[in-house]
Amino acid sequence: MSLLFYILAALSVLTGLGVVLARNPINSVLSLIACFLTIAGHYVLLNAQFLAVVHVIVYTGAIMVLFLFVIMLMDMNRANEPHKKWTTKLAATLSGCLLLLVLLASTAKVMLGGPAPVLSPDMGLIKNLGMVLYRDYLYPFETSAILFLSAMVGAMVLGKHEPKKI
Amino acid sequence: MDFDTLIFKTILLVVIFLISLVVAMYATYGERKIAAFFQDRFGPNRAGPWGLLQPVADGVKMFMKEEIIPVFANKGLFILGPSIAMFTACMTSAVIPWGGSLELFGKSYSLQVADLNIGILYIFAIVSLGVYGIMIGGWASNNKFSLLGSVRAGSQMISYELAMGLAIVALIMTNNTLSLNEIVVNQKNFHWNIFYQPLGFLIFLTTALAECNRAPFDLAECENELIGGYHTEFSSMKLGFYLFSEYVNMFISSAVISTLYFGGYNIPFGESFGLAPNLLTVLGTVFLFAKIIFFIFVFMWIRWTLPRFRYDQLMRLGWQWLVPLAILNMIITGAVIVFA
Amino acid sequence: MAMQTLTNRSKVVSNKKMTLWEKIYLPAIVKGLSITFFGHFFKRKVTFSYPDKQREFSPVYRGRHVLKRDDQGRERCTACGLCALACPAEAITIVAAERKPGEENLYREEKYAATYEINMLRCIFCGLCEEVCPKEAIFLTDQIVHSEYERPTFIYGKDKLVESVDNPVDVSKRQTKSVLEFKKNTGFAHNR
Repeated sequence: MSLLFYILAALSVLTGLGVVLARNPINSVLSLIACFLTIAGHYVLLNAQFLAVVHVIVYTGAIMVLFLFVIMLMDMNRANEPHKKWTTKLAATLSGCLLLLVLLASTAKVMLGGPAPVLSPDMGLIKNLGMVLYRDYLYPFETSAILFLSAMVGAMVLGKHEPKKI
Repeated sequence: MDFDTLIFKTILLVVIFLISLVVAMYATYGERKIAAFFQDRFGPNRAGPWGLLQPVADGVKMFMKEEIIPVFANKGLFILGPSIAMFTACMTSAVIPWGGSLELFGKSYSLQVADLNIGILYIFAIVSLGVYGIMIGGWASNNKFSLLGSVRAGSQMISYELAMGLAIVALIMTNNTLSLNEIVVNQKNFHWNIFYQPLGFLIFLTTALAECNRAPFDLAECENELIGGYHTEFSSMKLGFYLFSEYVNMFISSAVISTLYFGGYNIPFGESFGLAPNLLTVLGTVFLFAKIIFFIFVFMWIRWTLPRFRYDQLMRLGWQWLVPLAILNMIITGAVIVFA
Repeated sequence: MAMQTLTNRSKVVSNKKMTLWEKIYLPAIVKGLSITFFGHFFKRKVTFSYPDKQREFSPVYRGRHVLKRDDQGRERCTACGLCALACPAEAITIVAAERKPGEENLYREEKYAATYEINMLRCIFCGLCEEVCPKEAIFLTDQIVHSEYERPTFIYGKDKLVESVDNPVDVSKRQTKSVLEFKKNTGFAHNR
């Protein structure tokens, strides 16, 4: 089991690096897809099969397809990328550093070494997950659903052209 | 899992893999033959008696053809595309219950490679990965028709996955499980899901046609608009893989339809015949295969009868008819479960 | 004024709205499926499996020509040129020659065709040459003119047209009533 974990973890890191380092955006997206698949593998190792499959369906099967879609329709042979302003560069550097700081601060608190406390090994199975989601966390669950709905409606409003009045 | 179970499962896996390849092989023959019969022709009848060796001849031809990779194609992805298509097509067969359990040497072995408690979702996940084979292959060809074909395939599959998922949700609600084996057991003695979920079945059948890229939903490869669609630039065995994966997909879809809606390997009132359990299991598998072959025939029947949809009609059918219908089906099912 | 129609077969295009029954599509789909299955699937196929089974030729089929010999093995043709004259496609070329003494066993008449060529690319197989021939020398058979790669090979000379002595071509199908009637007429020299 631990061997499987190390192989999967190495693959995740490698494909993750591929996302950042690939020069061709298509290769980058494909690495991201592979990365998601390895993460689904991690879920399976944690006995969270439902989560793994849903992860594959939603992220790999739907969202990344749309990503691929958009990137495929771009003109990739364009070499003359627009030159960014120095203020933009500065802002990007600053926000990147801030993100690093946040990440470092949060990981510094994590105790490394001891295994994470597991509530029960069958936590990831669909029955228990459903119980937790629809009993203990019903309110946040439904709230996030409404959030998604509003995001969808917003996208529709943005995407729909206003008919021109003559 | 002990050692002999592992060996049994490995053998089962290989056998299922081979069977699905052979069935897909003869599905190509069947398609040509059935198409011919619907059009008052004979179909292939030169190779072997009644042309039965035609798939072998086709395979040899595919292998012998010249392998062409376009100069401006992305070589790695060009090879990756058909590989993914074939790989995802073959992966689904692992969770389908091909039969009951066999008693061998005093032990009981299930004729299902893996009885996942989320079997349906697994199939759904693999199907949603299938679109990558087409999309990557189409884009890597560096050909506008291929790209159009793959874009069409992508949006079509995402649209129809939604309705398919909603149709399955209603089925899960009545069966109260996600495991395919339990769904089959629930349908004992003619309690087939088709009688409880007729609308769901229709939606599932339609979306299955669309997910397999079969006519009347074969917009991704429609010859009169896009030459060959996503596989325009492919030749030799790479083209063979694309065409072959379509037939493997058809086989798996038929198996899923028979399992979900038509009682799978269950012989209605099979126990009352007083047969030996092993014989009953084998008969059940034969029964399942009869249903699968029937549905493959239905797929072909539909293909050689109905004309292709226009793309806007396809999208309208998916989003404005099937999705609302599936939601309606879900609501009715829920109401019946709660109030009845 | 409404346009006058030449035939009354024309149909007025109607863009009427579909009823709900038609909008569901399913009844129409089932109808279509039943048409293909019951109407065509079991229908007797009209295809003829050609190399396995060969279709019989019509009794009046007109294929490649043959130049007949008489019962003593002599060429019947006397190079009168009527066939070349009658030929609407001008496919026949004849060069006549006089029979030398000692050649009586080769040629039936005193004049014979030294070359007799039919251009099979021009020939329309109308059978007028056969009809016009006073000597019953040329007949159209039920054989097929084979395809070739080169144009000159389609010009059939005497080597291809004249039947062999040992293996005469059966033209009894083409010897129609009028031909036989003509044969009985002893007023002509060659029928005697």
